[in-house]
Amino acid sequence: MISKLGAFTIFLLQELSSLVWMGRETASEIMERIAKHRAPFRLEHFFYQSNRVGVESVPMVILLSVFIGLTMALLTGYQLQRFGLVTLVPAVVSVSFTREMGPLFTGIVLASRIGAAYTAELGAMTAGGEVDAIEGMGIGALRYLVTPRILAIFCLTPCLTIISVVFGILGGMFISSLLLQLSYSYFYDQVMTNLLVKDVMAGIVKSFLFGAIIGMIACYKGLSVKGGAVGVGAATTSSVVTAVSAVIACDSLCNIFIVTFFP
Amino acid sequence: MSAPREKLVEMRGVKLQFADKVILNGVDFSVQAQEVLVIMGLSGGGKSTLLSILMGLLKPNAGSVFFKEEDLTKLSRPKVNEVRTHIGMVYQNAALISSMNVRENIGLPLKELSDKNDKEIDSIVDQKLELVGLKDSRDKLPSELSGGMQKRVGLARALAMEPELVLFDEPTAGLDPINSKLIDDLIIQLRDKQKVTSIVVTHEMESAFAVATSMAFLQEGKIILEGTPAEFRHSDNPIVSKFLSSYSEHEHSKE
Repeated sequence: MISKLGAFTIFLLQELSSLVWMGRETASEIMERIAKHRAPFRLEHFFYQSNRVGVESVPMVILLSVFIGLTMALLTGYQLQRFGLVTLVPAVVSVSFTREMGPLFTGIVLASRIGAAYTAELGAMTAGGEVDAIEGMGIGALRYLVTPRILAIFCLTPCLTIISVVFGILGGMFISSLLLQLSYSYFYDQVMTNLLVKDVMAGIVKSFLFGAIIGMIACYKGLSVKGGAVGVGAATTSSVVTAVSAVIACDSLCNIFIVTFFP
Repeated sequence: MSAPREKLVEMRGVKLQFADKVILNGVDFSVQAQEVLVIMGLSGGGKSTLLSILMGLLKPNAGSVFFKEEDLTKLSRPKVNEVRTHIGMVYQNAALISSMNVRENIGLPLKELSDKNDKEIDSIVDQKLELVGLKDSRDKLPSELSGGMQKRVGLARALAMEPELVLFDEPTAGLDPINSKLIDDLIIQLRDKQKVTSIVVTHEMESAFAVATSMAFLQEGKIILEGTPAEFRHSDNPIVSKFLSSYSEHEHSKE
């Protein structure tokens, strides 16, 4: 048992150091490129990835957020009704969605939707020797392949989080009006009164972190694929599991930090 | 008497091992400019690994790898990338970028590493495609090409930056005789007309003797024989002569 735990810890540290190495090498390739007065990546690649990460994820984020907001308002409302506190539902839904549920669910959606795609794509390129070919041409595979992907998910996760928060609150508003007899205008006023800039900032900062974590893990897993199709499949599964776990762990640490230092 | 040509590539005492497995155990060889060196050896003997070391994709545990005067093992990454622009590589599986068409594949190094505009890049791409006889395939995806065509596109891409050295990893493996001959002719044409130096790793003896100006045999991580094709044919090294005779017997049995 102890030896297994030790082996797992060593594996975890190795993976973490490889991830840090990849980040450092990517940054240094970018700097070398800038030093040569060349663009570190192609804008068209960034826009293409942004479209995949952002625009194409909007329907799924909206759908999930509406249903989660709806469920959250409904279950909270039924519990609070017993104590005659149903009027607190707008505050609970808006604050918890802005600080917690919005960023977290956006992170999970992106880890499974985009993280898997990044890993499978880069994994297939690694297995097919395409990554080595790019490196062998002196182009810099990390800069060329990783930078636009990580940058796109880093920039677009907060945007999707905002969409998620808005639609989560709208879902809560809809069900509250339908089943908890809270009017739309009352719900809106309560959201505006209870939601603080601090809550919005906490959600946004977390979502930037989640974006970076998902992008880094997905690209790393893709570039470290070994073997053919089976290796790509295993790396994709591992990428999603690792990214989702890392997002949830990071969320908890962020919450501890925020509650401790910005109560 | 002609002046001696400069050494373009030299490996000295190159050793490489992964965990306990020794892949290369002190490899020494050199290649003169405008030479075609064919490296032969048994499967899994480390020939392709040798090419990866020459490209700077793998770092040896010991030894030096010189391209012109520069030791690749001691250069910083930007310098290695700079050297790589003078070396082209044709991979065994072509390694074309599957999401890009032929034109984009060949133009990729030019677009990323040169200051040429799109028009100039297009013209170079056309020129290279004409060289490999695939001018009509510029808009096709790699998946729409046959194995032989993919290798020719790989060669066109390797030549895009006008390299001084081209590395070929099993360029004719798995190809029909007509396509094999086409690739061999291209290697000879590069040597004779464009003064390009080549290192070819191959198992195909016919191909090897057709293109080689010098040969090396890699066995158990070491070069056990280096010489001209004629010296190889008449070698009394037991392993080399067994390797060559096995090939001859195989060819005769096919006849």
